[in-house]
Amino acid sequence: MVSAWLDRNMKWIFTLPAVLFIVVMVAFPIVYTVRISLFEWSMSTNTPPKWVGLSNYTHLLTDERFWGSVGRTFYHASVSIFFETVLGVLIAVLISRKFRGQKIAKTFLMLPMVATPVSIALVWLLIYEPSIGLANQILKSLNFKPLAWLGSVDLVLPSLILLDIWQWTPMIVLIVVAGLTTLPTEPYEAASVDGASPMQKFFHITLPLLIPTILTAVILRLVDLLKTFDTIYATTQGGPNYASETLNLMVFTEAFHYFKFGSASALMMLFFLIIMIVIVTLIALKKRLGGLH
Amino acid sequence: MRLGLGMRMYYAVLTLVLVILFSIPFLWMISASFKTQVEILSSDKWLAFGAQLENYFMVFREYDFITFIKNSFVIGVASTIASLILGLPAAYAVAKYQMNYFSLTVLIAKILPGITYLVPWYLLFNKVGLIDTYAALILSHIVLGLPFIMWVMIPFFESFPSEVEESAWMDGCSKMRTFVQVVLPVSIPGIVTSALLSFIFSWNNFMFSLILSGENTKPLPLAVYGFISGTSIEWGALMAAACIITLPVLVISLITQKYIVSGLSAGAVKG
Repeated sequence: MVSAWLDRNMKWIFTLPAVLFIVVMVAFPIVYTVRISLFEWSMSTNTPPKWVGLSNYTHLLTDERFWGSVGRTFYHASVSIFFETVLGVLIAVLISRKFRGQKIAKTFLMLPMVATPVSIALVWLLIYEPSIGLANQILKSLNFKPLAWLGSVDLVLPSLILLDIWQWTPMIVLIVVAGLTTLPTEPYEAASVDGASPMQKFFHITLPLLIPTILTAVILRLVDLLKTFDTIYATTQGGPNYASETLNLMVFTEAFHYFKFGSASALMMLFFLIIMIVIVTLIALKKRLGGLH
Repeated sequence: MRLGLGMRMYYAVLTLVLVILFSIPFLWMISASFKTQVEILSSDKWLAFGAQLENYFMVFREYDFITFIKNSFVIGVASTIASLILGLPAAYAVAKYQMNYFSLTVLIAKILPGITYLVPWYLLFNKVGLIDTYAALILSHIVLGLPFIMWVMIPFFESFPSEVEESAWMDGCSKMRTFVQVVLPVSIPGIVTSALLSFIFSWNNFMFSLILSGENTKPLPLAVYGFISGTSIEWGALMAAACIITLPVLVISLITQKYIVSGLSAGAVKG
């Protein structure tokens, strides 16, 4: 009879362990974070946590550093996603043609996004090294002045954006290549009969048909871009002088360098809210555009 | 579409340039790992093999690299096995009973920034003395692996023909036994790839380890990152370490290549 009982309730028995785990490790921590965000709580002093209501939030909303981080987060994410999408689609169209060595080319393109991010950060740290790095060697050989890539307030974000484009354009490429293989062939045949040029085919057939795929890739990439941590932390830790401090970096620094858990938690909730707004907007956009095709 | 020879050459060259552009940092990393500090600093030689394997020996001699590799393996393997034990039955139930709301919850766990859990985890783990234990790191890495394994396996189980299970039930096999003895063996290809990718997530993870590990449990990414905190950076050794840490994930991703896209779509290689 035990086995009959097990059979009847399998649905719940099979999911219960995973549900319990997610509740304990994910749902509970989020609720706990909401609670901490209402306290002034610092592990670096001996004062016990003090209830302060929403004041952590109001402080943040008037804090220049917070708005700076919001701006940098969006700057880093939007410039990166723009180039990654444009380059990604172009490269995808290029390498999706059948040719010998296509598989090898795809394998090479895949390397940047699966390699350990800390390794990538360290290699780029060496590339951007002012005196011996590859970046400045190339500039010197072209008779340009060497630059302080990661050391300059103005250049550090563009340098990190370049790193991100190198690391993650391949992801857009692979998703779009997968999307290209599902496109119907009839429109192309019809266009060929009408004598359309490759350019016309790309802009009038391929691109419109690809929009749902591209949007999916953009959403997936953007979700991760807004949370970029490993490469920024391991190369600059948000410096110099906060110039590369994005929201994720700021939460981390507030929590684990200054141990200000109360305000870090409030910051985290705002960060979370921003990510949710971006995602919901994009998904709504995808639904509208996707519906057209 | 047929292309002329000129066009084909043009595309071939363009593709080659792209491949080289995306490989240069890796080639640079590998070549630097074989150079001495002086050769890296003098910077006029692209290919110099003065140090040869010395940098690699140094990594193992001067740093406790074997221990870091062991830590990463223990955490990666344990968290992957635990993710499978929790995730496979759950994915099966979700697929068979169409519990869509549940798979949505799992996806949300993947979208949230890892830092959202990290602060409460740190506070709670600190309280119960779990910081710098394997348990803390394994638990945190299950949060990376579990949603991913479910996300890959749900469609896999959905496409599993239900006639096979039904005939097993007819023969008097319990549902539990059918799952273990009929469904799982057939699903091994999917299980292996999702497990390997879950292992990569754990292997690559940096942020969780930064806070939850310590001297006894330091995994590779943290150890390698620790090399640069010194006053003068031994670039050769650092690049050798970067090569060593990247090698296993490259091998795994070559094996699982065709699943990488769906893997990345389900979340990220990052935390």
